[in-house]
Amino acid sequence: MGRITLEKVQKKFGETEVIPPLDLTIEDGEFVVFVGPSGCGKSTLLRLIAGLEDVSSGEIRIDGTPATDLPPAKRGLAMVFQSYALYPHMTVRKNIAFPMKMAGMDQAEQDRRIKKAADALNLTDYLDRRPGQLSGGQRQRVAIGRAIVREPAAFLFDEPLSNLDAALRVGMRLEISELHSRLETTMIYVTHDQVEAMTMADKIVVLRAGNIEQVGSPLELYREPRNVFVAGFIGSPKMNLMSGPAADAHGAHTIGIRPEHLDVVESGGTFSGKVGVSEHLGSDTFFHVHVDAMEEPMTVRAGGEVGLRHGDMIHLEPQADKIHRFDEKGLRIA
Amino acid sequence: MATQHSRSAARLMMAPAVFVLLVWMLVPLGMTLWFSFRQYLPLRGGDLGFAGWDNYVRFVTSSSFWPSIYSTLIIVGGVLVITIFFGILLAMLLDQPMFGQGIVRILVIAPFFVMPTVSALVWKNMFMDPTNGLLAHLWRFFGADPVVWLSDVPLFSIVLIVSWQWLPFATLILLTAIQSLDSDQLEAAEMDGAPHLQRFWYIILPHLSRAITIVLLIQTIFLLSIFAEIFVTTGGAFGTRTLTYLIFQRVLESQNIGLGSAGGVYAIILANIVAIFLMRIVGKNLDT
Repeated sequence: MGRITLEKVQKKFGETEVIPPLDLTIEDGEFVVFVGPSGCGKSTLLRLIAGLEDVSSGEIRIDGTPATDLPPAKRGLAMVFQSYALYPHMTVRKNIAFPMKMAGMDQAEQDRRIKKAADALNLTDYLDRRPGQLSGGQRQRVAIGRAIVREPAAFLFDEPLSNLDAALRVGMRLEISELHSRLETTMIYVTHDQVEAMTMADKIVVLRAGNIEQVGSPLELYREPRNVFVAGFIGSPKMNLMSGPAADAHGAHTIGIRPEHLDVVESGGTFSGKVGVSEHLGSDTFFHVHVDAMEEPMTVRAGGEVGLRHGDMIHLEPQADKIHRFDEKGLRIA
Repeated sequence: MATQHSRSAARLMMAPAVFVLLVWMLVPLGMTLWFSFRQYLPLRGGDLGFAGWDNYVRFVTSSSFWPSIYSTLIIVGGVLVITIFFGILLAMLLDQPMFGQGIVRILVIAPFFVMPTVSALVWKNMFMDPTNGLLAHLWRFFGADPVVWLSDVPLFSIVLIVSWQWLPFATLILLTAIQSLDSDQLEAAEMDGAPHLQRFWYIILPHLSRAITIVLLIQTIFLLSIFAEIFVTTGGAFGTRTLTYLIFQRVLESQNIGLGSAGGVYAIILANIVAIFLMRIVGKNLDT
């Protein structure tokens, strides 16, 4: 079980309020991702849940019992750190056994759980090595192993993949998702990478300056961003946001159109401009189009084999039902 | 950088330093070896020719030899235990954020800058003097008879003085080591359910093992040759004669350079035995 509720949780460092009072419920078995730009308080929020930081006011409940004043070890949560935080002088086996040893578990049970975790994480051959002799991905797996053996109520991940190279990151992303569907334990995952958030989460919590901007499933956030910030943050490449006459035409202060919702047309079209940089990914091509009277170039997704070159004229027509409209305060107009 | 030309230039430029170092070491070593085989009594006829192994035999068969080895080991061992134990405690204390951290750290390091002769004199006259010393006053304040430190517990007194001098060194090295500990590891251990003492034992102490090794090695090398502290306080009396001090007495008080040089060669051998011993024990710590 791992249902975590935050009620009016607030965090201040001295006079500065890092997290204004905030409510959040994480259901049992959910994979929740906290995402936001750096410095938005997502790691602090995770550390508050873990108990590594004290809450300034408010209450945290884990499975209904108040946990606000419990020390980290008593909360039944396991954490995977960005730096892995493995104990360098211990072998992989001892690293994984450490939480069980601290809990005074008997040796046979310890061995059984180590074996199970090692099998699940492909670490069997490395049990007698030290962390220093392992690759980044293997260290990451040891850190996860150390978390699994405690059979925690919830796993907390603090940007666990940011130290890995791109290829490994994709692999580990799948492994963690796989692990979640196998264990069905609550997981809270902090990242600044919206791709990780979109691909892994059951529920995404978008944070900015300690405030929750929106909570929802990846597709809800993609389809109906509640405000301009979420609209710009979720989706890759970024949504094209524009104000001025183009927005006025739709009766909004700002409108947003995702690159994949702009069609390239032969002539006419709402927007016309010159092709700037084009990024060829094989399956897709992203054109940065310089439209007159617009400061930022627009990003357009086209097919992989579109033969447009730098400086060519291009005409664009947005798909009418995919235009997002926002008012002066940046809130979505339904 | 590593062209043939730059390598030979590097050799040429290092040559003077290497040459000076070699001369600095080899000449005194050669002279010691040479004198150790001579019958050399400056006030009683000067250099009286070869003595064979006589000096070596006389030095070890003397009744003061084994006691001097014993006092040497007690002083070195005692100081090592005290400085490392309190060094770890002080380092952990100084690592805590506190008001006036910079000044406190400088104060802690201060004893290391006091010359051995001066610190020994200060301890002898201001603290350990049985009538006027601060410690005597403290004892009397509690109604006890003052301890006559330097004659009743002479070895302990010297260990105390030398420990006071070397504690800052140990603290400094251990403090930098503690500061380099990744705080994530401590937090991970905290989440894994390790209370304070266990965190110290399983995380901090292993992390410090390399620094402790370094403190151990460097201090042993310097402590084997302490001299001023003994000269100033007890003058080698009351069983505080270390090997170094015995050699000094043989050369200057007995005016027997040959015998003293033989003792010097024994000291070199002892220092090397200790060094090899320590390297063996702790060598594997330095590897990883």
